[in-house]
Amino acid sequence: MNLFRNVVFIAAIAGLVAGVVLACMQAYATVPLILKAEVYEQAGGGHSHDHAAAPAATGTTAMSTAAPAEAAASAEDEGWAPADGFERFAFSVLANIVTGVGFALILVAVSEFAGGIGNWRQGVFWGLAGFAVFTLAPGLGLPPELPAMPAADLTQRQIWWWATVAATAAGLGLIAFRKSLPLAILAVALIVTPHIVGAPQPGSYETAIPEGLHHQFVVAVTVTNLVFWVVLGAVVGVVRGRFTGTATSLRDSFA
Amino acid sequence: MTAASVSLGASVSSQSRFMQLALAALLGVFVMGFVGFSHIDAVHNAAHDYRHSMAFPCH
Repeated sequence: MNLFRNVVFIAAIAGLVAGVVLACMQAYATVPLILKAEVYEQAGGGHSHDHAAAPAATGTTAMSTAAPAEAAASAEDEGWAPADGFERFAFSVLANIVTGVGFALILVAVSEFAGGIGNWRQGVFWGLAGFAVFTLAPGLGLPPELPAMPAADLTQRQIWWWATVAATAAGLGLIAFRKSLPLAILAVALIVTPHIVGAPQPGSYETAIPEGLHHQFVVAVTVTNLVFWVVLGAVVGVVRGRFTGTATSLRDSFA
Repeated sequence: MTAASVSLGASVSSQSRFMQLALAALLGVFVMGFVGFSHIDAVHNAAHDYRHSMAFPCH
């Protein structure tokens, strides 16, 4: 399991770095917009998704042991939730790092099949591919959404999301690594099909969220993810280069 | 790290190589799926801002 261990090691470092970078960007770019949207959510009162229900006063008087209990009590029907403020931020950072490692594992494993990411520049291109697969393609049908926005059934949207990711990844892989016209046509078909089928849409698009706020959020999510993927790919390239000593070239397989 | 001179696992057989890489990718999918897509309320609430910020289907 030598290879497996090396892949996990590289992915852990790259995921940690890119996850921390993403968490910092989110703290400034996306989370403030989510908090703004939750104000509309609570004003509307329609949706029962209230994180902000934990009274701010408890945070100042009680220590961390009491604060989650308060939050849990106020959101009983939705189970445990982190208290607003530091705890909520800390869990977001944790989620960023853990999934950063997850994305990195996928990126490193897949790129090893194609000869590996030799240096930071190749890493940037692999990162752009990851961005296209995991953010751009699913984001076309299911744009980033704010709390209190209408959406179709969760499970159906998740299935569409995963299917789109898989089809786009397969399509890009065929274009990049197979030098055949029929396969390239098949690849384009694969990439386009999920959007012809169409993402599950809500019955009504009515929402209390102003369109300007939503648009801002879509831009913020897309740009932060772009930077995340470029950083992730570049760090994988650098760490792997250190690991192997020599930078192997992708040129042979990349045509 | 003994054999990692050119690629990450130059010495392992191609079948073992495939298995190990597939396993690593599967682990990554599992980690992502749990944090970003699990329907467990506590997991959803803990990673709520993250899910929205990544445009994962949420709620």
